[in-house]
Amino acid sequence: MNKKTIVKILSVVLVLALGLTALWACGEKEPEVEQKDQLIMATNAAFPPYEFKEGDAFAGIDVEIAGLIAEKLGKELVIKDVEFGSIVGGVESGKFDMGMAGMTVTDERLESVNFSTTYATGIQVVIVAEDSPIASLDDMVADGTMKYGVQQDTTGDIYASDTPDKGGYGSENVIRYKTGAEAVQALKAGKVNAVIIDNEPAKSFVAANEGLKILDAEWAVEDYAICVAKENTELLEGINGALAELEAEGKIDEIINKYIKG
Amino acid sequence: MTAWIAADFATFVQMQGKEVINSFKLGWQDFVDKFTLNFIEGERWKWLVEGFGNTLLITFLAGLIGIALGVVIAIVRSTYDKMGADLKKKGGIGYGVLAFFNAICNVYLTIIRGTPVVVQLLIMYFIIFATSTNDIMIAVIAFGINSGAYVAEIFRGGIMSVDKGQFEAGRSLGLNYIQTMIHIVIPQMFKIVLPTLCNEFIVLLKETSVAGYVGTVDLTKAGDLIRGRTFSAFMPLIAVAIIYLIVVMIFTALVRKLERRLRNSDH
Repeated sequence: MNKKTIVKILSVVLVLALGLTALWACGEKEPEVEQKDQLIMATNAAFPPYEFKEGDAFAGIDVEIAGLIAEKLGKELVIKDVEFGSIVGGVESGKFDMGMAGMTVTDERLESVNFSTTYATGIQVVIVAEDSPIASLDDMVADGTMKYGVQQDTTGDIYASDTPDKGGYGSENVIRYKTGAEAVQALKAGKVNAVIIDNEPAKSFVAANEGLKILDAEWAVEDYAICVAKENTELLEGINGALAELEAEGKIDEIINKYIKG
Repeated sequence: MTAWIAADFATFVQMQGKEVINSFKLGWQDFVDKFTLNFIEGERWKWLVEGFGNTLLITFLAGLIGIALGVVIAIVRSTYDKMGADLKKKGGIGYGVLAFFNAICNVYLTIIRGTPVVVQLLIMYFIIFATSTNDIMIAVIAFGINSGAYVAEIFRGGIMSVDKGQFEAGRSLGLNYIQTMIHIVIPQMFKIVLPTLCNEFIVLLKETSVAGYVGTVDLTKAGDLIRGRTFSAFMPLIAVAIIYLIVVMIFTALVRKLERRLRNSDH
């Protein structure tokens, strides 16, 4: 065996070993491969008016705020459209620099990532059919007669899937769809009795679909923030600084008002 | 000098050894923590059990529908292939009926094999069975109809590959067409198609992993739900992968046994 072959074999073994180690480490704490001039944002672009697609381009409150943050940090914004449930994991492993998807700060998420200061407040509401027997939040029972549609992995899903004594409806009474739009389609078809979703997308959905209404009550109130990997404190400070500046300049209110009419 | 180096080397090995043991201990602790977080806390393992049950149920029932549909279609298509020309020469209504059913089967095969199963599932869920709330039955029907198309072609290939002489021998013994099919052609066909049929069943089992698109908690969705709550990718995905792998391995072993038994009749 000549030297070259040995070197080749050794490098293959090394690469395999590295790959296995990375696997074993659960894809966590990998050194961040940061391209200096890019700010990679993970989102789930099916959540109007915070993020959605207009033709091929992304639009929405989060997208515009992210654009301004990137500008302030002197970076180019790159948006990755992924499943909502993959955002926190991807940010934690360094695949994305930040996650911005109308995301609420929860204790569970805080164990994996850090969150910026709040840039918007979200209210979770309930969409029902106009002739629904559900007239108030009290009518939403957990006895198996009602099914509740949610977008998988959102806070609405997590709260609603909890046991009744913790304020949920029990996992078996919750049907989880990949997008909020699918949950609303299922509601229209009568597959679920109510959809629990954020107020702003709820308004868009109700406006676009006849025969639906939003219950006049807050199901839950939450603060939206941007998530960043724990070790990436530099970026977190940068984002917080940029958010504070944008807030002071009135840009954030401007963007929110642009998408949410009064 | 040499002793000194040797001693130094011994300490070095000892220290490395300790480090290895330590990192192993840490790794083990990390593993236990992750395992607890992903499967024990909040009784998340229950999702895996539920999902596993649903995956098996959907696969089994869809497999039955697929085989039933497949047999019927394969018989129609292969009868047309074998006897169509003769019947046409004879004329009469028989040929017309056969050609009609053959055309329907062709349309079915074209549509089902020409579109992705997840699109078919969504169409079933949101359009065809829009008012049904039994999402598991919808998944069973969607996957069953999908699998039927592939099974039909597997069976047809099997029927066509049974030697023509076998068929002629049956007919010359005084059996009619259907009797020849049931007693002579199909038993031989079964042996020919078994490996491919087994393959189709394995594909079906794995294909049901898209059932989560319509809210059904199948095995893959169960892993996704855990992933969405613990934000760790490794544990839930590997657990789900291992469960699929074990089911497929058990199934393959059973089929191998069956094949061996069927081969005994060759001698």
